[in-house]
Amino acid sequence: MCIKADLVIIGGGPAGMSAAVAAYDAGIRDIIILERDKSLGGILRQCIHNGFGLHRFKEELTGPEYAYRYEEQVRERNIPFKLNTMVLDITPNKIVTAMNSEDGLFNIQAKAIILAMGCRERPKGALNIAGTRPAGIFTAGTAQKFVNMDGYMPGKKVVILGSGDIGLIMARRMTLEGAEVKAVCELMPYSGGLARNIEQCLNDFGIPLMLSHTVVEIHGKERVTGVTIAKVDERRRPIPETRQYIECDTLLLSVGLLPENELTKSAGISLDRITGGAVVDQNRQTQIEGVYACGNVLHVHDLVDYVSEESEIAGKAAAAYIIGKSAAGTSIGLTTDGKVRYTVPQRITAKEDVTVYFRVADVYRDVKIVVRDGDNVIISKKKQKVAPGEMETVTLTRQMIEGMSGDTLSFSIEA
Amino acid sequence: MFDIAIIGAGVVGGMVARALAKYNVRVCILDKESDVAMGATKANSAIVHAGFDAKEGSLKARFNVRGSEMMETVTRELGVKYKRNQSLVVGFEHEREEVEAIYKRGLANGVKWLELLDKEALHALEPNLNKDLTCALLAKTGAIVCPYELCIAAVGNAMDNGAELVLDFEVASIDKKDGSYVIKAADGREIETRYLVNSAGVYSDKIAAMTGDADFSVTPRRGEYMLLDKECGNFTERTIFHTPTKMGKGILVSPTVDGNLLLGPTATDIEDKEDTSTTPEGFATLFDKASDNVANIPVNKVLTSFCGLRATGSTGDFIVKERDGVVTLGGIESPGLSSAPAIAEYVEEIFANKGVLGEVKKDYVATRKPAHYFRELSMVEKNVIISKDPAYGRIVCRCEGITEGEIVEALRTNPVARDLDGVKRRTRSGMGRCQGGFCSPTVVELIARERGIPFESVTKFGKGSVINYGRTKGDK
Repeated sequence: MCIKADLVIIGGGPAGMSAAVAAYDAGIRDIIILERDKSLGGILRQCIHNGFGLHRFKEELTGPEYAYRYEEQVRERNIPFKLNTMVLDITPNKIVTAMNSEDGLFNIQAKAIILAMGCRERPKGALNIAGTRPAGIFTAGTAQKFVNMDGYMPGKKVVILGSGDIGLIMARRMTLEGAEVKAVCELMPYSGGLARNIEQCLNDFGIPLMLSHTVVEIHGKERVTGVTIAKVDERRRPIPETRQYIECDTLLLSVGLLPENELTKSAGISLDRITGGAVVDQNRQTQIEGVYACGNVLHVHDLVDYVSEESEIAGKAAAAYIIGKSAAGTSIGLTTDGKVRYTVPQRITAKEDVTVYFRVADVYRDVKIVVRDGDNVIISKKKQKVAPGEMETVTLTRQMIEGMSGDTLSFSIEA
Repeated sequence: MFDIAIIGAGVVGGMVARALAKYNVRVCILDKESDVAMGATKANSAIVHAGFDAKEGSLKARFNVRGSEMMETVTRELGVKYKRNQSLVVGFEHEREEVEAIYKRGLANGVKWLELLDKEALHALEPNLNKDLTCALLAKTGAIVCPYELCIAAVGNAMDNGAELVLDFEVASIDKKDGSYVIKAADGREIETRYLVNSAGVYSDKIAAMTGDADFSVTPRRGEYMLLDKECGNFTERTIFHTPTKMGKGILVSPTVDGNLLLGPTATDIEDKEDTSTTPEGFATLFDKASDNVANIPVNKVLTSFCGLRATGSTGDFIVKERDGVVTLGGIESPGLSSAPAIAEYVEEIFANKGVLGEVKKDYVATRKPAHYFRELSMVEKNVIISKDPAYGRIVCRCEGITEGEIVEALRTNPVARDLDGVKRRTRSGMGRCQGGFCSPTVVELIARERGIPFESVTKFGKGSVINYGRTKGDK
């Protein structure tokens, strides 16, 4: 079977739902959300801690509560969605192939597609940790699923490698469930997680955060019996004299999130080397006209509030594309100095206000975020501290864009 | 009372079981682990060698050449993926003589379709090679196969034909009693058999010693590997060996039948027959030596690393003999996988000559349904299956696209998967980019359901490899 739809949204997490609602409110009715899990909400369903929605709703919600606010909006508008449905392929001419138990394998010809597949956790493989391969090694998110969704404890004595937000959240969660979290090791000299999570999830429970430390060896034949950790030098190589053994039965990994772009690649869309997501313009449109990306599939966000914000942009833009509206054009490339690692969007194609999101490569104190059009500084914003774990934004006004003399905006961090 | 007991359910034991289960004899396969294929079979180079490596006149040469000839038919019958992707032995200019010597040895061993290549021809075939390589031997019969898939299929086929699989059976003693053998397990279980096949891999010397044969010993030779993402699966089309040394065939770079790229193995002799840990030195050696062969290996695309122990026998050759009703298959290191069908054929001949086997069973079935048939089907064919069984419409492993239907099948098909890794080896669920991060909780649930055991009793690979310790506070 090959059905047609104006807008196919791949993923029913916070990004997909926000995009759907925005597209609906911009006048699009023929929408279908395809969600692989058994209900809407995405990864928020297992994030039962609070802290979501401070920017959007000015209150502290849990993950499921935040997701439900959007699910309600989807349901109020009767936006159709298919659950337990896995998208297997997207072609460059926007045919979406998906599969579920009721419809079998089917194709949808879309006018526009919004990619909202989210991200996955980096597994252990690429870390090349020596030692054995016993049970008891999980990514933090997998452990979170076991604890919060299935109600089982995957560990009693835990070491966590990596201080990403999920790792920090799980340090607290496992402690609350009666496990002993012995240490959180972080390879870098700073944490990749939010400052508030370090405070509330580690410091409040007396869990040591060992910066510039990594796990160098895993022990145990059947189940983990311990790990050897070591301090690393400035080139991130373990220092042999600092090796120490920690007895534990579980190693959790929180060593990075990777946008899940297999489908994006199958459509022939090229990815940004730094973000791992598509290269997009201010509408979150990819190099294929009518194909948009938003949320963690585009770049990994620290707060879901920003995911919703970004996805509304994509949803509105997809609606405008389907209806046939377009703004006055331009072509501006955004470049970075390395201290600014990347920007989203990477290019600007219309003369309108644009908020640019970006992350920095290291912790910098008392600096300025500088945006230049050639030699001409158009934004200079003072910051006490910027860190890789926290996303930064600057807003370019329409006037700034209209007043540009060149076709490149360069982003830098300066003293 | 069994007619023949096979100790060791690796690829050699599995192929032997399949060959013997053809006949009206009662066969059992014993293994100390919770699944088949748990030793060197699950951690080797996955290559069907052409047969040019082994010394002329050796058992290795004989069984390898014959096994390689048989492999295409065997894998077709068992529904196992096999690809004749060819292999290349590459060398720098100073290794030219060695490459030519291997060519001559190959000819002497009776290997067909060998060809020496000059620099230009070599780089035209494989553009990603190290540009300093100047000579190569092309072996057109070189092939790749998935070793544990072959072993699982062989044991499954043997079981379909009546062989019995006994797992978690760690042999503690073997005693002779009135013309038969009593095999006792560490947990007290006993099995009695008239004949015995020792295919116990790194433990084949220990098993031989229990039958009174102390003529050889086996040293575990550690081999570390790295498996790279499917994105790198076409980095080379052929299997690339470097000119061998006395420790082995060197570090190869090869695509796998499932589309990944494999680097390995290192070669270090060790004492401990259980020590399959990986080492920092191993990682360094792998990258270093693999770079001799291919340029710019995408090191950040490593999915997983692992280590296998080759059963290196003290004689330098395979140890294949029959004495007093005991067939010893000792020191079956590389090219053991390639040789397995031929060794099985030979064991079949031994028992046939002793008059043990008799007639072929009337209902003997040589074939087995391919484990991966579902993914090969067309959209229409898939939809027919999904309409009958909705489980085939539910994808559990998103990275490899494995459905609940396929996982349930692996939990119900001989030899049934019993744990997370067992499902992984049979279906590839958990073998993709997220390495089981998303699918493992669901697979645990399916294992618990199908086996009728509690969620927290599901293990990674049997014994004490528990995944969960019980309920959370609120769920107690």
